[in-house]
Amino acid sequence: MNQQTSRLLVVFGVMIGALLTARHFLVPKTFGKLGHYRAAAVDVVAANKAKYAGKEACAPCHDEIVQTHDTHRHISVTCEVCHGAAAAHIDAPTEVKLRAPRERGQCPLCHGYNPSRPTGFPQIDPATHNPAKACISCHNPHAPEPPRTPEACSACHGGIAREKAVSPHASLECTECHQVDKQHKVTPRLSTPTKPASREFCGRCHATGAKSAPGIPKVDLATHEERYVCWQCHYPHSPELK
Amino acid sequence: MRDSEMRLEPSEPTGRRAFLSKALPAFVPLVALLQSGRSEQSQKEAAKQGETRSYRASQHDYAMGVDPSRCIGCGQCAEACKTENDVPEEPFYFRTWIERYSVHSDRETVVSSPNGGIGGFPAVTERGVLRTFFVPKLCNQCANPPCVQVCPVGATFKTQDGVVLVDSSYCIGCRYCIQACPYGARFMHPVTHTAEKCTFCYHRIVKGHVPACVEVCPTQARIFGDLKERASPLMRFRRQNAVQVLKADLNTEPKVYYANLDGEVR
Amino acid sequence: MMEAAQPLAEVLQQIKGYIYPNEVELHWGLLVVVYPYITGLVAGAFILASLERVFNVREVQPTYRLSLLTALAFLIIAPLPLLAHLGHPERSFEIFFTPNVHSAMAMFGFVYAWYLMVVLLLEIWFDYRKDAIVWAKDERGWKKWAHRLFTLGANDLSERSLRFDRRAGRFLTLIGIPSAFLLHGYVGFIFGSVKANPWWSSVLIPIVFLFSAIVSGIAMVLVLYMLTCLVRGKEIDMPCADKLASFLLYALIVDFSLEMLDFIHRLYQAEESIRILSQMISSRLFLSLVVLQLLLGTLIPMIGLMVISPAFRTHGRAVLKVPPELRRLIYFAAALLIQMGIFSTRWNVVVGGQLFSKSLRGLTVYKMELLGLEGFFMSALLLIMPFVVLYLLVTVLPPWPDKEVHPESIVVAAAE
Repeated sequence: MNQQTSRLLVVFGVMIGALLTARHFLVPKTFGKLGHYRAAAVDVVAANKAKYAGKEACAPCHDEIVQTHDTHRHISVTCEVCHGAAAAHIDAPTEVKLRAPRERGQCPLCHGYNPSRPTGFPQIDPATHNPAKACISCHNPHAPEPPRTPEACSACHGGIAREKAVSPHASLECTECHQVDKQHKVTPRLSTPTKPASREFCGRCHATGAKSAPGIPKVDLATHEERYVCWQCHYPHSPELK
Repeated sequence: MRDSEMRLEPSEPTGRRAFLSKALPAFVPLVALLQSGRSEQSQKEAAKQGETRSYRASQHDYAMGVDPSRCIGCGQCAEACKTENDVPEEPFYFRTWIERYSVHSDRETVVSSPNGGIGGFPAVTERGVLRTFFVPKLCNQCANPPCVQVCPVGATFKTQDGVVLVDSSYCIGCRYCIQACPYGARFMHPVTHTAEKCTFCYHRIVKGHVPACVEVCPTQARIFGDLKERASPLMRFRRQNAVQVLKADLNTEPKVYYANLDGEVR
Repeated sequence: MMEAAQPLAEVLQQIKGYIYPNEVELHWGLLVVVYPYITGLVAGAFILASLERVFNVREVQPTYRLSLLTALAFLIIAPLPLLAHLGHPERSFEIFFTPNVHSAMAMFGFVYAWYLMVVLLLEIWFDYRKDAIVWAKDERGWKKWAHRLFTLGANDLSERSLRFDRRAGRFLTLIGIPSAFLLHGYVGFIFGSVKANPWWSSVLIPIVFLFSAIVSGIAMVLVLYMLTCLVRGKEIDMPCADKLASFLLYALIVDFSLEMLDFIHRLYQAEESIRILSQMISSRLFLSLVVLQLLLGTLIPMIGLMVISPAFRTHGRAVLKVPPELRRLIYFAAALLIQMGIFSTRWNVVVGGQLFSKSLRGLTVYKMELLGLEGFFMSALLLIMPFVVLYLLVTVLPPWPDKEVHPESIVVAAAE
């Protein structure tokens, strides 16, 4: 073999040798055991300390509160939502105390009216709902049912109420079209209000010749889109959406 | 085996051997009693060292269900996640966040996520809104993760129990995984200079708990579960709902299932 | 507060529409723009050199060695922007030892090492070996030792040895062409294979990157050839310059056609991302894409070259015949405009791909810093360094035709 080849072979040989040696020392021992990664990394992540303890951790000491809490509406709201991460408190109950928020700013985080919240979720307008009082003065956070059953439908159906209030149907009461049993305010999903079922229902005000105020738009029910029921086109809570 | 043990045995036991072969069985229960005490001891030690010893990752395949129609946008999940996982508080780093969608009647959709939803959303009532709702977002823990595919060194990977993790001491911080994630789930930690993302609170789930975001959700909008468990809330969720995943056309096989996902959600 | 938080807070104010919360921080900035620009120059310069060797384009022979050294100078600097960008550059060796074979980026270590060690360094070694031996004979001081070291002790100047050098050089150039394609093509693939990003995800990106690399490489060698002639007080070989300019023009036409194809294809298909991408091009990216890349960086040089280059022969002469002095000036100006245009191309791909949200609903901004590793000054320094390295290289291994040792002179000397 000629000079060039032999010299180059030596140079490359030394380099590759050095690389292989470095590789032997630098690649972590657990790499490749479970896949193309350092297997020990899984244990590193698994060993992180939890900050939230979970509701089960509160029950042994605070059993009465948990009992109350679990038989009322906030059953799905875990303790740590309001009181903060509790693992540190479980480890050192006397040294680490959790917050117990009492200010008005706390409850509207969930219950302040927001149009994007699902319909039926209990919401209030923080500015007008008993403005000077603390929420907990009427609502026990662990048994938050209001002291009096709300009269107005808008207490839970705020979005619909607000939409209706700026629509042509503003002066219509909810009960004009929906029959509501008292039970609906106790178990809302088990006892639902009725809804109109026929075109004639809307026709009481909107059919030609109906006995209603002159300003109300009227159509001939026999010929106006007779294939459909009224609410397939007109949204009853805001009949002509802008 | 030592050489001494390789000697051939005689055909019939005689003498001391005969005695031992008859007497030994009597000692077995005694020895077993002593042994059991010791193995219990070592088992407890193993349990103390890491409950992961008795945890077999290949028996699990974690996934999550999300029902946007239950989400009230309170932001507790995003806040709890930051607390649980020491995520920097600045509004540029999120392992999970909430988006608010407002679909208008003129086909315009407005999306927002102020500070990821932590602290809630302003109660803005707009005119002409057809639908408005909240959507929780997080790492989808894809079964075919594009982030794992592009990591040049193997610092991010899919575990045997279906969770995509990052090895912070191996990551070189090239940010390719962040570019490859179609969902914006990853970020660069400003202090460790490594990639980070939601881990399904791996340190919690291997001990039988649920992720922090699931723990604190007041309306059960998030359901955590194991796809290999035949009876679970997640199983019911998948049976009862029209389930969709985000960006299905990219074939990343996400494991966060959204119930009745609105078509405007990206 | 982290030091990055202040510019990020400013970004928050300038977001239009909606971006995912984690997208406020733009992840691949100026350094990641500089890297493909530099490797593009490497690939382009090498391909120019290979034109002479493999396709026997005699006219560009004066620039052969200069092209090789240019490629080497830029290749040496190429890893630096990457190292500066990494969160943990001290762990970068992991790419060599535990590469993920599914990741295009993992190829970097091997493609780079292959190209540097096997293609470029070896080719330069085989080409300069005889020169180094002959130069070392008459030199004194550090240059003598540098050249001695360079030869690695292979001092054989026999006819057989020189023939081996030539054959090896030719072979290396042959495998060097696909290697150069790979060196820059994989960078294009790094972007083109990201299905999450509709601006990047395209079959054409590796090809576009490659051809814009060829364009930038040829233009860089043209500029360097003219400048070095000026500095050394030597006459510019006009046939060489004309040939370089004509290859530049061909490459530019192909590059422009490919980019137009991509553009028309996108507009025609009008997939969902077209809305936000159009908004991005007409607002955030207008200056760098339409003005710098298209108009100043491609169209004007292309039309200028088309008009004056003797390559476009109509009735045996250029469309517009201009005297050599003016032609040189126009070549020089065109080459500089092209450099700016190709840099803008890299910017528009890298930064452009991050200016819009993956939610396809918003646009953000890139706040370029002045200081720090990701700052303007660092990148400017990284772009100047290859020229410094090139200066050192041409000092140790002069590529000038008048300095070259011709095989005939060696044989004659041996015979004496």
